[in-house]
Amino acid sequence: MKLHKFQIAKYNFQFLLKLPAIKIQTLLATMNSNKIKIIVLFILLGIQTVAISGPRFPMPEFESGHTQPPTLQPEPRSDFFEIFDAFVLIAALTVITWLIHKKRSRRGVFWVSIFSLLYFGFIREGCICSIGAIQNITLALFNPSYQIPATVIAFFVIPLIYTLFYGRTFCAGVCPLGAIQDIFALQPVDLKTWVQKILGLIPFIYLGLAILYAATSTDFIICRYDPFVGIFRLDATFFMFSIGALFIITSVFIARPYCRFFCPYGVLLNLISRVSKKHVEITPTHCINCRLCENSCPFGAIEKPVPVKEIGNKNTALRKFMTLSFIIPLLIFIGGWTGSQFHENLAMVNADVRLANEILTTDLQDKTIEFSEEIKAFKSSGKTADEIYAKANEILDDFYIGGWILGGFIGLVFGITLASVSIFRYREDYKTNKGECFSCARCFDYCPVKVES
Amino acid sequence: MDENVKRIDRRDFINSALRISVGIAVGSIGGVLLARTSKDDMVWQLDPAKCVQCGRCATSCVLTPSAVKCVHVYNMCGYCDLCGGYFRPEAKNLTTAAENQLCPTAAIERKYIEDPFFEYHINEDLCIGCGKCVEGCGSFGNGSMQLQVRHDLCVNCNQCAIARDCPADAFSRVSRESPYIFKGFSTDETT
Repeated sequence: MKLHKFQIAKYNFQFLLKLPAIKIQTLLATMNSNKIKIIVLFILLGIQTVAISGPRFPMPEFESGHTQPPTLQPEPRSDFFEIFDAFVLIAALTVITWLIHKKRSRRGVFWVSIFSLLYFGFIREGCICSIGAIQNITLALFNPSYQIPATVIAFFVIPLIYTLFYGRTFCAGVCPLGAIQDIFALQPVDLKTWVQKILGLIPFIYLGLAILYAATSTDFIICRYDPFVGIFRLDATFFMFSIGALFIITSVFIARPYCRFFCPYGVLLNLISRVSKKHVEITPTHCINCRLCENSCPFGAIEKPVPVKEIGNKNTALRKFMTLSFIIPLLIFIGGWTGSQFHENLAMVNADVRLANEILTTDLQDKTIEFSEEIKAFKSSGKTADEIYAKANEILDDFYIGGWILGGFIGLVFGITLASVSIFRYREDYKTNKGECFSCARCFDYCPVKVES
Repeated sequence: MDENVKRIDRRDFINSALRISVGIAVGSIGGVLLARTSKDDMVWQLDPAKCVQCGRCATSCVLTPSAVKCVHVYNMCGYCDLCGGYFRPEAKNLTTAAENQLCPTAAIERKYIEDPFFEYHINEDLCIGCGKCVEGCGSFGNGSMQLQVRHDLCVNCNQCAIARDCPADAFSRVSRESPYIFKGFSTDETT
C-alpha cells in the first residue's frame, strides 16, 4: 500500500493536538457537576456551542397569562406515496410493455411517456429515480450503516427484471428523463457509427465513477449532474437549468442524448437487454427487405442486413483472436494502473480528504488570514487534525483500490468495444440492436407487413 | 463460424444461461438489501448542535428560497427585549426600525407581551435560512433560534445539495418518524 501525504504529515502536525478547544473539553468533563461555573466559563471564553448547559436567560413567567406558542413541526410527505409510487412504476411498465409487444402502438407509448413525464417528473419532482438508485444500492452494499428504503430497491430492481424479459421498455416511456428527451426528438440526424461507438463509452465511465463515489460515501454524482431534475421542479440553480436546456436543445437534433451517451442506468439496461427473453422486432412476422424502416430509427439502433456472407479466413480469425486476447488484458492493466495513479485526484471530491488537505496547507495559528468555513467548523468541532488525517488516509486507501478497479473496468470496456468493431456477424433481415434499442415503437409504423387476423 | 446448424442453439443456450445468472444476481442484490432495509423512509435533517451558521443553507438548496428555515423553539426563549437574533449588534435603539434588524428579509416579527417580555415569530415565507439570527441568538441568548429543514417544503433529494456543501457535516438522513432535531431539548418536549 502507498504512503499518502497525510501519513507523512501525521508526525509533523502533533502541535495541533494542543488546540485550545480540546483543553476546554477536558475541563468540561471534570467540571460537569458544577453547571454555573461552566456557564461562566463559556461566557468568558465566548464559546457558542451551549449544547448541554442551561439557558443564559431565565424562562419568562408571564403575569398576563400568556402561553408560549408551540413550535410547528410540519410532517414530511406521507410514506403511503412511496409505496404508491412503486405500484405506479409496475403499472406503467406493464401497460407500456403490453402496448409495445401486443398492440405495437407508437401512439400508446407516446401517451404513457406523457403520463410518466407528468407523474414521475413533475408531480414526484424527479426523486427518486431508477438512475440515481444505482448509487443508493452501491452505498447500501458498501456501507452497512446506510439504511436503504424499500422503494429505492424497487425502483432499481423492477425495471431490470422487466428488461430481462422484454427489453428496454422502461426506457421507451416510463423513465421521465427519457420521456422528456423523446418528445423533443423532432429533427434527428444520423450519427456516424464511429461517433456513436466513441460517445457510447461515456456512460460506462460515468457509471464507474458514480459507483466509485457512492461506494466511498463521497457523493452522488448522478444526482448532482442530473440535467432534468431542475426542470421537473421548475426551480434550480442556473447551472442545473443550463445543462437541462442544453440537453433539450441537443435532443432536437441528436435524439435522446442523455440516454445514449450519458445514462449510467442505460448501461445496465443495455447489457441486460442483450440477453432478454423477448425483444421487439421491426416486423410482426417476417422481413421482406423493403428498406422502408431503414431510416426510421432516430437512435441508430436498426442493423442493416449484411449483403454478402463473408466466410473469414481461419488464420485471420485466429490472428485476430490472439491479438484481442493480448490487447484486452493489457488495456485492463494500463487502465488500472492509470486509475490508481490518479487516486488522489479522484479523492479530492471527498469532503474529508479536502478538509485534511486544507488543514495540511493552512497555518491554523495565523491570526491575519480569514479561514474558510470548513476550517472554522473544524476548529469549533473539537476534533484533532490527526483524526481528520486518519480518516482521510482510510478514504485514500479505498480510492487507491477503487482507482485500480475503475481504471481496469474502463480498460475492459475499451477492449470489448474494440472487439465488437472487429467481430463480423451475418444478417439477412433488418433487425433491432437488442442493446441499443429503446423499444420506442417508432419503426413499427414503417413496416408494411401486417399480421393477418 | 462454420457450424451453421448448431450455432442458433448455442447462442440461445448462452443467452439463457446469461439471462438466468443476471436474474439471480439482480434478485439476490434486491433480496440481500431488502433484508436489511428500513421500514420507514429517511428524510434529511440538520443537527443544530453541529451547525456553524455558515450561511450555505440559504444558497446550496435546490429550492429558492431554501427549504431550511429558522425555527423558533419558544420554550427555550428568554423573551428578551434585547434579542441577539433580532437586533444588529450595533443597533442604536431597540425598535422595529429596519436599520436595527439583523434579518436581511425582515422575517422575524417582534411582538410585545408584557414588561419586559417580547415574543419573536419567524415568518417562514420570508425566511431564507441564512442563519444570521441563529448565530446572534446562540452567541448572546439562549439559542432558541435554530435552523431546521422544513419537511413541508423539502423535496427530499436523493442526495441533499446542502449536505454536500455543509462544512460542519451537520446534515444526515433521519427517520421520518422523528424528522426534527432541536438543540438543548429533545424533540417530543417542544410540541
